[in-house]
Amino acid sequence: MPTSFTLNGQPVTLDVDPEMPLLWAIREKAELTGTKYGCGIAQCGACTVHIDGEAARACVTPVSAVAGAKITTIEGISGKTAEAVQASWQKLNVVQCGYCQSGQIMSAVALLTDKPKPNNDDIDAAMSGNICRCATYHRIREAIHDAATAL
Amino acid sequence: MNKKAFPFAAAKTSMSKPSRRDVLKGTAAGLIIGFVFTPRGSRVLAAEAPPPLTNAELVNAFVRVAPDNTVTVMIKHLEMGQGVYTGLPTIVAEELDADWSQMRAESAPANAALYKNLAFGMQGTGGSTAVANSFEQLRKAGATARAMLVEAAAKDWKVPAVDITVSKGVVSHAASQRSATFGALADKAARLTPPADVKLKDPKDFTLIGTNVPRMDNVEKTTGKAIFALDIVRPGMVYAAVARAPRFGATMKTFDPTASMRLKGVISVTPISSGVAVVADSFWTAKQARDALQITWDESKAEKRGTPELLAEYKKLAKTQGQSAKKAGDAAGVLAKAAKTVTADFEFPYLAHAPMEPMDAVVEIKDGACEVWAGCQFQTVDQGNVARVLGLKPEQVTIHTLLAGGSFGRRANFASDFIVETAEVAKTLPAGTPVKLIWTREDDIKGGRYRPMYVHSMTAGLDANGALTAWSHRIVGQSIMKGTAFAGQPGSIDATSVEGASNLPYNIPNIDVELHTTDVGVPVLWWRSVGSTHNAYATEVFIDIMARAAGKDPLAFRQAMLPAEHARHKAVLDLVAQKSGWGTALGANKARGIAVAESFGSYVAQVAEVSRDAKGDIKVERIVCAVDCGIAINPDVIRAQMEGGIGYGLGAVMKGAITLKDGLVEQSNFDGYDVLRMDEMPKIEVHIVPSTANPTGVGEPGVPPAGPAVANAIFALTGKPVTVLPINKAKLSS
Repeated sequence: MPTSFTLNGQPVTLDVDPEMPLLWAIREKAELTGTKYGCGIAQCGACTVHIDGEAARACVTPVSAVAGAKITTIEGISGKTAEAVQASWQKLNVVQCGYCQSGQIMSAVALLTDKPKPNNDDIDAAMSGNICRCATYHRIREAIHDAATAL
Repeated sequence: MNKKAFPFAAAKTSMSKPSRRDVLKGTAAGLIIGFVFTPRGSRVLAAEAPPPLTNAELVNAFVRVAPDNTVTVMIKHLEMGQGVYTGLPTIVAEELDADWSQMRAESAPANAALYKNLAFGMQGTGGSTAVANSFEQLRKAGATARAMLVEAAAKDWKVPAVDITVSKGVVSHAASQRSATFGALADKAARLTPPADVKLKDPKDFTLIGTNVPRMDNVEKTTGKAIFALDIVRPGMVYAAVARAPRFGATMKTFDPTASMRLKGVISVTPISSGVAVVADSFWTAKQARDALQITWDESKAEKRGTPELLAEYKKLAKTQGQSAKKAGDAAGVLAKAAKTVTADFEFPYLAHAPMEPMDAVVEIKDGACEVWAGCQFQTVDQGNVARVLGLKPEQVTIHTLLAGGSFGRRANFASDFIVETAEVAKTLPAGTPVKLIWTREDDIKGGRYRPMYVHSMTAGLDANGALTAWSHRIVGQSIMKGTAFAGQPGSIDATSVEGASNLPYNIPNIDVELHTTDVGVPVLWWRSVGSTHNAYATEVFIDIMARAAGKDPLAFRQAMLPAEHARHKAVLDLVAQKSGWGTALGANKARGIAVAESFGSYVAQVAEVSRDAKGDIKVERIVCAVDCGIAINPDVIRAQMEGGIGYGLGAVMKGAITLKDGLVEQSNFDGYDVLRMDEMPKIEVHIVPSTANPTGVGEPGVPPAGPAVANAIFALTGKPVTVLPINKAKLSS
């Protein structure tokens, strides 16, 4: 049964198993590969997207659950907060292997949208669901603070 | 290390008729590489026809200067986060006097003749060797290209080459006020014969090396544009998941595909060497169908022991004499008469690498040739293994080395396990069908190739003055190198089992280091910093235990035992002590611990600060790190590798353990195999020792001191040494 939703501002209709996780639908059917698979059970955050503006784990969200919703992926983020986050990430050379960073950035943008001046506890709360095996956490924290100064 | 700059032999022949095809022979006809990285974002070329070959490019095996004024460095190593796409172009740009903005990085094809790791003799990445083995090679490549650009300008302008200067990508002749870009000279330079010998810069004249040029892959990796194997899209591509045996060493006996084949979208169910593969039109379907397979396994040769049984066997072995890895003086005799002896036994669990990108690859077989897209870490091995499986010649296998979403050693294995699986599946499909095979996280965590489990038994003795006079160290565990191309003679000591122990830097007159190599059916593999993951921990924690027994400060105890030939150990200890405020008051419920380790030719010392809250929970607050890795190519990348290594080591000692029950792995995902998270990351400060020594690696050396520095801080705080890993919070607070 086809499911329709808005993906990065564009209306899309995907004819996939409604139980297919949104992650695989946007990666394999919409061919937007910036959103990554890391665990499949909402433990690592690599698949983080925004559903109606809220950070969500696409790996445990069935396509049926997003009918009519507005989905934003790393390819579709824009605006002052997103640009500030990406700029701070680049300025501080946050990335290493980079695989988790789409998810990290999606979580950080959601955090800063909600709280433009987060403290360290806010960052811990918002970001501890995003695993980085390169352990770039130290720089992610700095980059979030740095982006906050631009907002 | 082989000092012959072999690439120039190939480059010479190609220079007379320069074409990419000559230089990059071994690649499939015409198709160059997938992705070009630029400081401002990548051009993705994979799905496109390659740019037309032009004779107007100045080419050697590592450097291409194009008429559009770009300089592309062919990167023979896997970029898995450690920064080779940034560090290696920096070395070329330095000798070339290029401007950083014109530099590009491009993944080299599999071609051992051109692109072998000079430390390995085959193309591959590991052992923190990328910069170390490339330094002279890439300096020469850059200097050669520079000399040819200068010669081209000299001929063109009819001026002596010695009067020409090069700066930031511009070739100039001051007297005649002429200048030209590299791009404008590329065509003429390409027609020249490369010089046989070139002069390299005096390191004191370096202008790019030692600066923090930004990472080349920053833009791709913050915009979702970076392409990993998971992201490869090929026309008509299908997806595969594999059911593997639940116990290591078991083989498939029977399988029933009925339930799987009923699922819409399933294309095939096929036995392969590692189990049963399901191919479908989406990965989700392939995974569901894989999970629906009914399989019986032949477990007659399977490993059925669990962690408790192995631990009991290892502990028993640790009480018996092992194979000698180092012997000096008479440790047993001196221990028998020592004023004071102390014994400690250590337990280290199996550890999974768990890189964020699980194992995955894309393979396409067509017209008697094969293309592989993967985060290949051992290109020569992977190419050979795929060729063997498909009955092809290695040169018929084109390897596209993509960015890897971490590895930590996992992707470097002599079986090329996940790539071979993909090739086996591709072989069962109609010619020209690309297949992407993905391991789930469960497949990864349960899939073996772990850091081995180890038991260490240590005894040391102090004389009446509190000097450490005898040291006995027994290590029990599996060999990583056994059965690989890097294995020594049968019966010889696996050097990776004892590295960090047999080369203890301290001046202890009587030493025995012994090894028991165990035979267990759990596949094992190098894990970021290899033997030093456990040996640095055991030795550095035991040094603190002995310092306390002697009533001495842990730093002073170490410094007094470091002989002059270990000045670099001393220097990093001095620097870290100074920067961390070693010896100053910290306040109640806080303590510091120190550790030092040399690994892969780099020297790292760390001081950890830990705190204990009212519930007795321990938090690592801060780690100060001092590193000596020779000439610092990019200090910021070095800092990042130290930070990441510390985080990786810290996660393992605090939380990491793979355990088995009756041969079945008890963890399956990040819920059971917990790793370090944001709220557990301490503040980190990294200080780099200025050096003129040739550069050594930084990918691994940040890991070894992190665990023991933290353990030593906990020891200082609680009085209880941490000898069983992972650090168990319940035990600490009791």
